[in-house]
Amino acid sequence: MYRESQIIRNNTPDNYMVINVGPQHPSTHGVLHFVITLNGETVVKLEPHLGYIHRSIEKMCESLNYRQFVYVTSRMDYLSSHINNHACALCVEQGLQVEIPERAQVIRVLMDELTRLASHLLWWGSMAMDIGALTPFFHAFREREMITEIFEETCGARLTMNYICPGGVMADLHPDFQAKVKAFLKQLKEKLPEYHELVTGNIIFQNRTKGIGILSKKDAISFGVSGPTARASGVSCDVRKRYPYELYDKLEFKEVLEDGGDCWARYLVRMEEINQSVAIVEQLIDHIPEGDIQAKTKAVLKLPKGEFYSRVETARGDLGVYIVSEGGTTPYRIKFRSPGFSNLSAMETMCKGGKIGDFVAVMGSVDLVIPDIDR
Amino acid sequence: MFIVDYIKEVFGAIKSLGTGMRRTFWYFVHPKEIITEQYPENKENGQLILAERFRGEVVMPHDENNEHACTGCTACELACPNGTIKIVTKFDITPEGKKKKAIDQFVYRLEMCTMCNLCVEACPSDAIIMTNDFEHSVYDRNELTKILNKPGSKIRDGIE
Repeated sequence: MYRESQIIRNNTPDNYMVINVGPQHPSTHGVLHFVITLNGETVVKLEPHLGYIHRSIEKMCESLNYRQFVYVTSRMDYLSSHINNHACALCVEQGLQVEIPERAQVIRVLMDELTRLASHLLWWGSMAMDIGALTPFFHAFREREMITEIFEETCGARLTMNYICPGGVMADLHPDFQAKVKAFLKQLKEKLPEYHELVTGNIIFQNRTKGIGILSKKDAISFGVSGPTARASGVSCDVRKRYPYELYDKLEFKEVLEDGGDCWARYLVRMEEINQSVAIVEQLIDHIPEGDIQAKTKAVLKLPKGEFYSRVETARGDLGVYIVSEGGTTPYRIKFRSPGFSNLSAMETMCKGGKIGDFVAVMGSVDLVIPDIDR
Repeated sequence: MFIVDYIKEVFGAIKSLGTGMRRTFWYFVHPKEIITEQYPENKENGQLILAERFRGEVVMPHDENNEHACTGCTACELACPNGTIKIVTKFDITPEGKKKKAIDQFVYRLEMCTMCNLCVEACPSDAIIMTNDFEHSVYDRNELTKILNKPGSKIRDGIE
């Protein structure tokens, strides 16, 4: 059994201090535990400890059939639950070899991008809150509330939707969907300059993020970092562009790249991604085709013997779903490649040599969601 | 040059604080922008509007003759990922003297339910629906185990 007292006894010189951040700490966004070795105020070593919110989702999925296991994945990365469900649905569809109706595809992409917007808005609020500004959190939640209301109307839930299922989507769009989304986009475009005025232009915020937590391009690649965190280091890794799924190859949007690699670059990437998601939603919202919302599938799904892998771009990075099937109704083995876990592994490189106060800024800018790291 | 940068930064920071305060003041004089809802109070004055599809809990609707549409096919029991639903069946004797399968008890354990909607999707006769009721707290855990079919209820005619 691993204990902190052992590290303190074994490998700390006299002038070093070991402190615990978490598992219950307001700036860790969940039950994540860091053991940080400090020399004065400088971070010498940073060790994340996992396991506080382990629910053994991968093992649970082995006893659920291919329709049932999708709902569990909403509980992994709870801020992008639609995208998690989407990844599972894509993987099962790959095994079933079914063609998804166009209407269902458009609905899926719309829901994905709205989820990404909601996640980035929440991240913006919590990032500012980590740095020390409380007000932006409420501003972000005002806009996010409009998205959750849209989800509530169409999907029936606000956070763990379970809306995208193998073969299509579970229910048709609510009649008010288009009007509500347009109202939301109008509101968001009105309020985005206010966001930039409040936080982006703030000198204190800039001083706390510029040049802090630098992750070089080489390190980002070697740690397997993905998503906005890697794109801020100049690694082109957007799954939507490089391995397009559903409709993404027909849509026009930019892959946002920065080359600073610091917290400021990560902030800018995410803020620009909000604009790109808005552009995608605007392209699709007036062109939802009529048709079925579900492909015809059997009541009990059976995947052929073999291995299936699908990947999607969540709000935090590259999510992979790997299913090994023995030909039965339940998967033999499921593995989720979660973006948060790889991003967390690069935390030590980002924080080493920096101050303990900057650790919180780095943590906020990486946008960790703990249940995603610790499935 | 360092001193000049430092002084610039200090004044920049003061300006940023002013910008933030201006926003705060703007919201102070625009109370209509505030969207906070007072939860228990807004139930009384009818401002709490839930979406029609909001998934609160599973119920089995009965009509005025105390009849439901559940045939006891256990499709929902098989579809449930958590083992929330348990259907106890019995055999009714029809007037012609034949045995007919019917439900005795539709046991629904609310404490294990994750409101994933898979049972409602699976039901072939639309016997169960999700309601908007979301206030589930009770004083005893046993109250969360519910029997959805009302006592004395029977299956509606014409549903197989």
